Amino acid sequence: MTRSSKIIKFAGKRLLQGIPIILSIMVINFFLLNMVEGDAVDVLAGEAGSATPEYMSELRAKFGLDQPLLVQLVVYLKNVATLDLGYSFRHEMPVNHLIIDRLWPTALLMVSTIILAVGFGILLGLLAAVRLNTWKDAVITVFALITYATPLFWVGLMMIVVFSLFLGWFPTSGMENIAMFYEGWERIADISVHLVLPTITLSLFYLALYTRMMRASMLEQYGQDYVITARAKGLTERRITFVHVLRNALLPVVTTAGVQVGALIGGSVIVESVFAWPGLGMLAFESLFARDLNLLLGIFMLSSVLVVAVNLIVDIIYCFLDPRIEVS
Amino acid sequence: MSNSNFWSRYKRNKSAVFGLCIIALVVIMAAIADFLYPFDPFRLVGKALSNPGVNGFLLGSDSLGRDVAAGIVHGAKTSLLIGLVATVAAVFVGVLFGAFSGYYGGRLDDLLMRVTEIFQTIPSFIFAIILVAIMKPSILSIVIAIAVVSWPGVARLVRGEFLALKNREFVQACHTFGMSDLRIMLREILPNCLSPIIVIGSLMVATAILIESGLAFLGLGDPNIMSWGFQVGAGRTMLRSAWWVCTFPGVAILITVLAINLVGEGLNDALNPRLRERS
Repeated sequence: MTRSSKIIKFAGKRLLQGIPIILSIMVINFFLLNMVEGDAVDVLAGEAGSATPEYMSELRAKFGLDQPLLVQLVVYLKNVATLDLGYSFRHEMPVNHLIIDRLWPTALLMVSTIILAVGFGILLGLLAAVRLNTWKDAVITVFALITYATPLFWVGLMMIVVFSLFLGWFPTSGMENIAMFYEGWERIADISVHLVLPTITLSLFYLALYTRMMRASMLEQYGQDYVITARAKGLTERRITFVHVLRNALLPVVTTAGVQVGALIGGSVIVESVFAWPGLGMLAFESLFARDLNLLLGIFMLSSVLVVAVNLIVDIIYCFLDPRIEVS
Repeated sequence: MSNSNFWSRYKRNKSAVFGLCIIALVVIMAAIADFLYPFDPFRLVGKALSNPGVNGFLLGSDSLGRDVAAGIVHGAKTSLLIGLVATVAAVFVGVLFGAFSGYYGGRLDDLLMRVTEIFQTIPSFIFAIILVAIMKPSILSIVIAIAVVSWPGVARLVRGEFLALKNREFVQACHTFGMSDLRIMLREILPNCLSPIIVIGSLMVATAILIESGLAFLGLGDPNIMSWGFQVGAGRTMLRSAWWVCTFPGVAILITVLAINLVGEGLNDALNPRLRERS
C-alpha cells in the first residue's frame, strides 16, 4: 500500500474515533441542559408575565418536554446532528443563526492569534536555544515565566490603559468603527487596527508556551547523535541549526499548537469580553449575563466539535510532516 | 530520600527559594487578614476613587469607596483556599482514575481512558463557566468546576506511573504474599509515584487560581466572598479614571501564580533529579 493511501485510511480511522467523543459531548451537553433549573416553558412563561398551568403543560407537550428523559435525549441528539442547537428565547432566534453571525470575528481573532503565537514562539525559542545561557536567553526565559503567570483579562485591561488610554495608539474596544461606514480597504485597515490589542493579549500566553517548548525541543535535538555527525562532517553551526535541528524541533511544537485550540476558545471568552470584540466569546459572555443557557450550551457544543476537528487535522498534518511516523 | 537531602537539592534552585518566600508572605497575609483590615472588605470605608496613598488608602479605593488593599488582603484567602481545595479534589479523582486504569489495564483501562479523553477534549474554561452558571456561583460550585476540568492530566500521569510500576519485582513479591490489590495500589505503588503527583499538583494550584480569577472576573465568583478576579472585574468600568482598582489585584494574582510556578519547578528539580534536563 502506498503511503498516501495509508494516510487516508488513518484519517478515516481517526475520524471514526472522533465520533464517540462528539456523541459523548452531546450527551453531557444534554444532561447539563437538564440540570438547569426550570425549562424553556418556564422561561417563556416568565417572559410573558403570566401563564396558566394548562397552557404551560400544553406548551411542554408541544416541545416534547413531557416525554421521558431518554426520548428527549434521542430527539436532542437528532436535532444537534442536523445542526439544530435549539432556540434562544432571549434573542428570539435559533441558536445556530446567532452563532453563525458571530463566527467570523472569532475565527479572525483566533487565526491571527495562532499565527502570532506560533510564529514568534518559534522565533524566540530558537533564539533562546541558540544563545543559550546569554542575556538574551535569560530575558526570553523570564518573559515566558511572567507571561505564564499573568491572568488574560488583566493583560487586556493593562493593554487598554497603556496603548489606548495613555498612548492613544489603538481603539479601546469593538471590531470596527461602524459610524464611519468604511468600505473596501479602509474597512480592512480599520478592522486591523482594532484587531491588534485583542490578538496580542490572547497570544501572549501561548507565545510564552511555544517559546518554552521550542527552546526545550531545540536543546533536545542538539543533544542527538546526528548533530555530532553533522559537526564531524564539518558543517557550519548555522547550517546545523537551520537545516537539521530546526526541522526536527518544530514537530512537537506543531502538535501542541493543535492541542491548545480548546484553551484558546476559553481564552477568547475573556479577551472578547474585555475588548467587546463581537465574536462567539462575547456572545457567551452576554448569554451568561442574560442567563441564556441554551445559547451558552450551543457555543460550548460547537467549540467542543471544533477541538475534535482541529485535533484530527493536526494529526493528519503531522503524518505528512514526519515520515517516520508509522501510520497504522 | 532523606529530608535534608531534599532540602539541599531544592535550595540549589535560587528562583524556587524566592518563590517559596513569596508564597510564605502571601500565606501570612491571608492568615492575618482580619488583623490587618478588621472589617468586611465589601464595606465602604471612605471617599470613592481615592488615589493610592491618599485618604488613608494604601492602594486607593474603588468607585464605591471600598479599600483596594483590604480587598487584596482578604482576597488572598479566597485564592489560596480555592486553589488548594480544587487541586486536592482534582488530584484525588485523577489518582483514582489513573490508578485503576494503569493497574488493571484491559477493558477498564479503555473505558476510563476514553472518559479522560472526553474531558480533555472539552474546552475547559467554557466548561467551567457552564458548570458554575448552572450550579449557581458559590465557593463549592467553583471548586467543583475547577476540579472537574483539571483532573484528566493527573489521571494520565498516574496511569503511566502505575503501568510502569505494576510489573516491578517488589509488586510481584507483594502478590506472592497474597496482598490484596487495593492494598498494593495504596500502600506499595502509590507512595512510589508521589513525586510526580506532588509536582503536577503544585503547578495545578497555580492554574486553579488563574481559573478562579477568570471566573470571578466574568462575574461568576461567590458573591459573598472578596476575590482578586472580582476586584479587577468591578474596576474595569472605571479604567479610564481609576487605573489602580484593576491594576493592583492583577499584580497580586501575577505574583502569587508566578511564585507557585517557581516552587513547582523547584520541586520538579529536587524530586526528579534525573528529569532535570527535560524542562
